[in-house]
Amino acid sequence: MDSLTMMPALPEIFLAVAGMALLMFGVFQGDKSRHWMTWAVVACLVIAGAAVPQLADGRSLAFGGLFITDPFAVFMKELVLIGAVLALIMATGFNEREKIARFEFPILVLYATVGMLLMISANDLIALYVGIELQSLCLYVLAAFRRDTGRSSEAGLKYFVLGALSSGMLLYGASLIYGFAGTTRFDGLAEVLAGNDISLGLIVGIVFLIAGLAFKVSAVPFHMWTPDVYEGAPTPVTAFFASAPKMAAMALFIRVMIEPLGEAATDWRQIIVFISIASMLLGAFAAIWQTNIKRLLAYSSIGHMGYALIGLAAGTEEGVRGILVYLAIYLPMVIGTFACVMCMRRQGRMVEGIEDLAGIARTNPGMALALAIFMFSMAGIPPLAGFFGKLYIFLPAIESGLYTLAVIGVLSSVVGAFYYLRIVKLMYFDEASEAFDRPMGRELSLILVVTGVFTLFFFVSPEPLVGNAAAAAAALFGG
Amino acid sequence: MTEMLREYLPILIFLGLAVGLSGVIVLASYILARQKPDSEKVSAYECGFDAFDDSRGQFDVRFYLVAILFIIFDLEVAFLFPWAITLGHIGMFGFWSMVVFLGILTIGFVYEWRKGALEWE
Repeated sequence: MDSLTMMPALPEIFLAVAGMALLMFGVFQGDKSRHWMTWAVVACLVIAGAAVPQLADGRSLAFGGLFITDPFAVFMKELVLIGAVLALIMATGFNEREKIARFEFPILVLYATVGMLLMISANDLIALYVGIELQSLCLYVLAAFRRDTGRSSEAGLKYFVLGALSSGMLLYGASLIYGFAGTTRFDGLAEVLAGNDISLGLIVGIVFLIAGLAFKVSAVPFHMWTPDVYEGAPTPVTAFFASAPKMAAMALFIRVMIEPLGEAATDWRQIIVFISIASMLLGAFAAIWQTNIKRLLAYSSIGHMGYALIGLAAGTEEGVRGILVYLAIYLPMVIGTFACVMCMRRQGRMVEGIEDLAGIARTNPGMALALAIFMFSMAGIPPLAGFFGKLYIFLPAIESGLYTLAVIGVLSSVVGAFYYLRIVKLMYFDEASEAFDRPMGRELSLILVVTGVFTLFFFVSPEPLVGNAAAAAAALFGG
Repeated sequence: MTEMLREYLPILIFLGLAVGLSGVIVLASYILARQKPDSEKVSAYECGFDAFDDSRGQFDVRFYLVAILFIIFDLEVAFLFPWAITLGHIGMFGFWSMVVFLGILTIGFVYEWRKGALEWE
């Protein structure tokens, strides 16, 4: 019974139980409870965030080896929890204004977060699938949360159908892997792969598994859902989609590729190289023609996932460290950008066109400055945070001899700089249009300041983040 | 590789025969039979009835809701059977695992009840 301990999973269990309790409070109190529900959920997430590093003592297993916590899991879980908390805080004012506030919203975010934490800690193909489904089902509902508009419902339905397709592919791959390897355990798989020649069936299974995971990180050619879902979902939900689930899916991707399938690296590297190049190029070129800022950010996030995958293609400890640094920098950047998008409001109505940003440097200087910082950072211009993210990604790729990948990455980030800088040009040099509504809301300004300061002054002391990322990456390879 | 391909040869032959034969049958009915279509002959045939409605007709979304809620508890019962049979082997841990699972389902049930999902009107 010793292996059935649950201690390492205590934060997840706490969140799940708290979610059920809050659901009961909410349903008995009615929709009045929505005012305190967000803050109760935020408190739960903060408690879990404080507990996660306390309970992780090196590498520990729970539920008979289905669940694992290690420094890598702790690092990624903190990112997910930060993303969820920021997205929730952003959503409060927005949902009230748009009259879509319900007490279920924070609870769905809470359960999606539990699913993400499970994904990060999965040590078995079944646990992986359960985590993904818990996360995805909550996200489908969140995408369709503004259920009286066609676009939001369409986003939810599209996300659901394509998500179900990707889950099917993932399960098919998992069943092939189980059939040819005889185990679903990650450590067991690693042993099987280390010992023998890798059979063709196992490779087919791995390819399907990669396809399913690529869907979740929205890497090309499995990206089709991203722009439509990002555009249709309510903006705070889009901010959530672009941050926390990406972190969790990427963490899962890294763990699956490095821990059980690390021995087969020569077989899967070419696939990762391909989807990485395709994502970077599509992210760079397709975004140029976008007129809707949320669609543009969707393509931008596809491109960013392409950059992050470069580190995975390298497959080294430095490569994984690069991904972790990249994701940790990407998270506040993307949350901040979406906070700016949520400030785009005229006469009480949201506007989403890129042209609507014209000349706002004169009318809304604070928001324009913040958005300019995020755009420069996403374009990778030093000394902003985004530059360091790319630096830590490209260096290991060059060290591993992936020159083509690194060169294409640099070139596509030059192309990407065009549309990021076009937004800056629109804001600062074009004719002023009508000002956005004021005030933008305390919670939004707070998030803008925090994320903006992080992005701007990251270069002052990158050591804590990079050091933690290095320790997390080392844990993945040391085990 | 050729060894493996030879094993699949019967399937290829079978596939060729299937396509060829079905093609011959479909084409033969066009060539040999006399064709005198009228509106009754070419209309859709549905168990002797006229096709009286579009298959994409609307129905009350409440049926859908009831079906979904039914599935959850249906699966719960399907899950209870193997648990009940193996209860002697899985011990207290197995017992309490199922009790926790039932508790979680009950919370979902209370939620849908309070939300009025079970009321028809």
